[in-house]
Amino acid sequence: MSAIEEVATEAPAVEAVPKRAMTLGFGTSLVVLGLLVIAPLFVKNFIVFQLTMLLIYALAVLALNILTGGSGQFSLGQSAFYAVGAYTSAILMEHVGMNYALTLPIAGIICFAFGFLFGQPALRLSGIYLALATFALAVAMPQLLKLGVFEHWTGGVQGLVVTKPDAPFGLPISQDRWLYYFTLVVTIGIYIASVNLLRSRSGRAFMAIRDNEIAASAMGVDVALYKTLAFGVSAGITGVAGGLGAIAVQFVAPDGYTITLAISLFLGIVVGLVEQLPASIVGSAFIIFVPNIAEGISKGLSGAVFGVLLFLVIFLVPHGARQVAIVAQQLIGKLKKN
Amino acid sequence: MELFINQVLAGIATGAIYACMALAVVMIYQAIDHLNFAQGEMAMFSTFIAWQLMQWGVPYWWAFLLTLAFSFAGGIAIERLLFKPLAKAPVLTNVAGFIALFAIVNSIAGLTWDFTIKQFPTPFGSSPFLGSQLISTHQAGMIGVTLGLLILLYLFFQFTRIGLAMRAAASLPESARLVGINTSWMIALGWGMASAIGAIAGILIAPVVFLEPNMMGGVLIYGFAAAVLGGLTSPLGAVVGGFLVGVFENIAGTYIPGVGNELKLPIALALIITVLVLKPAGLFGRPIVKRV
Repeated sequence: MSAIEEVATEAPAVEAVPKRAMTLGFGTSLVVLGLLVIAPLFVKNFIVFQLTMLLIYALAVLALNILTGGSGQFSLGQSAFYAVGAYTSAILMEHVGMNYALTLPIAGIICFAFGFLFGQPALRLSGIYLALATFALAVAMPQLLKLGVFEHWTGGVQGLVVTKPDAPFGLPISQDRWLYYFTLVVTIGIYIASVNLLRSRSGRAFMAIRDNEIAASAMGVDVALYKTLAFGVSAGITGVAGGLGAIAVQFVAPDGYTITLAISLFLGIVVGLVEQLPASIVGSAFIIFVPNIAEGISKGLSGAVFGVLLFLVIFLVPHGARQVAIVAQQLIGKLKKN
Repeated sequence: MELFINQVLAGIATGAIYACMALAVVMIYQAIDHLNFAQGEMAMFSTFIAWQLMQWGVPYWWAFLLTLAFSFAGGIAIERLLFKPLAKAPVLTNVAGFIALFAIVNSIAGLTWDFTIKQFPTPFGSSPFLGSQLISTHQAGMIGVTLGLLILLYLFFQFTRIGLAMRAAASLPESARLVGINTSWMIALGWGMASAIGAIAGILIAPVVFLEPNMMGGVLIYGFAAAVLGGLTSPLGAVVGGFLVGVFENIAGTYIPGVGNELKLPIALALIITVLVLKPAGLFGRPIVKRV
């Protein structure tokens, strides 16, 4: 029985994109940005809260996008990094009394370190094995957070309540709206940084590893360093998203960060297409709104409806949002010719 | 010393559960090179079918056989309908497909049979086995069935034409096609067999953990741990891995201070990561050599 496997017959983790940059055009970006700025002015506080969560999950999906779309590695364990970020922010705010905005960079740095360290063993794994190892991390995290040893800090099973920040300088807007704009600024900042990262030397190294690891190392790319770095960056951004999430929800508890969250984020990149950063927001919308839609269609069968919708996405638009965009472009092109 | 022996025995008893599940995981991995995250849910659904048949008055062994036939057909149907079109898709898409399948099966079972815990009968009885308080006759029977299944699988893969064809299709699909093996149907057959083995695992486990739609969550993770420990390419490894994980979990819970029950699950997961890092092929698996 031969144990040799041809590389050529193996399906890649993600399909390579011909396009080098993973971004939208300048005009489209401005339109999207305009919509995001204006939207919360016309809706109720609860919807503003949902929009905030949309941005936060978009940030987490973006982080996973850098890892999977950028460097071709998998992770079903993003909820663990999200949880660490959330707890870091919550503990710093409630026990240390730090300003909420200052806790975010700290959450990011701690998660970066955590992700970088986890990236070390993950180096030796690829594909389904990596999925399994990260899956294990996600399942173990709530249990670790419940541990008696940390209970003084984490509040154990009960979790921690986080105070919601007021708008600064006496601005006459509600807490929810302020938090939305704060999240928007953070998200845009990280988005721009991510785009620049992927266009830099490091970003090209990530993509070279994704497309062909052996060729990349032959070209002098330090595969081990960049793979762990991708894990670290992804975890760091996820940590910031987690911190924002803790502030927005005003509560952290171990059961908020189960494997379900990790799976949601994973589905976010499957739907929001792997290689394009702006599509993260489409993925985020899918994971926030589709379960609600499914529940609306049938309460008892919400899981089944969700699964069927997911299969529909996989079969009809296997390349996610990008495919929709390309088809739309072709249609417009045809109409113009006529 | 007696405590130690008792813990090992109890570990072997729970290990039999993991071994069963790991066997199903390895079967599907052999056929399609993916870990089926919905494996546990499929097994749970089969177990419910068996339960329903018994509720309608079908005798145990007939219900058992009918369930196996149903699961086999169901596994093939799922492969033909949902996963054959995804055969060339990236790993990412496949994993998403498994998650979707998980959600669908879990939800349908919950709606049909609701979430209350149900008793499941055992054919072996539940009196103490050979005077030991730790292993019941059911658990002994479970170990026996697992080992029997392993021998049957070994015979099937080593000595039948179709078993040989399946191995060929799994290790070198291109060459297998050239010598006239219908590799696509070999994959379907793998799904069917994995599903049937999962059904056996579910039926054996149900009397211990009780029947409800979420019964497989924890078991599947231990099954993965066992399969990884034994090596994802080896059915024998899966069974040995299952027993080892069971024993390891019990001994760690007893002797390492501070572990107790709340850290048992993280221990299994730490085991997965350790094995993957130190010996990715597992104890009995073949290392995969790639030609560049």
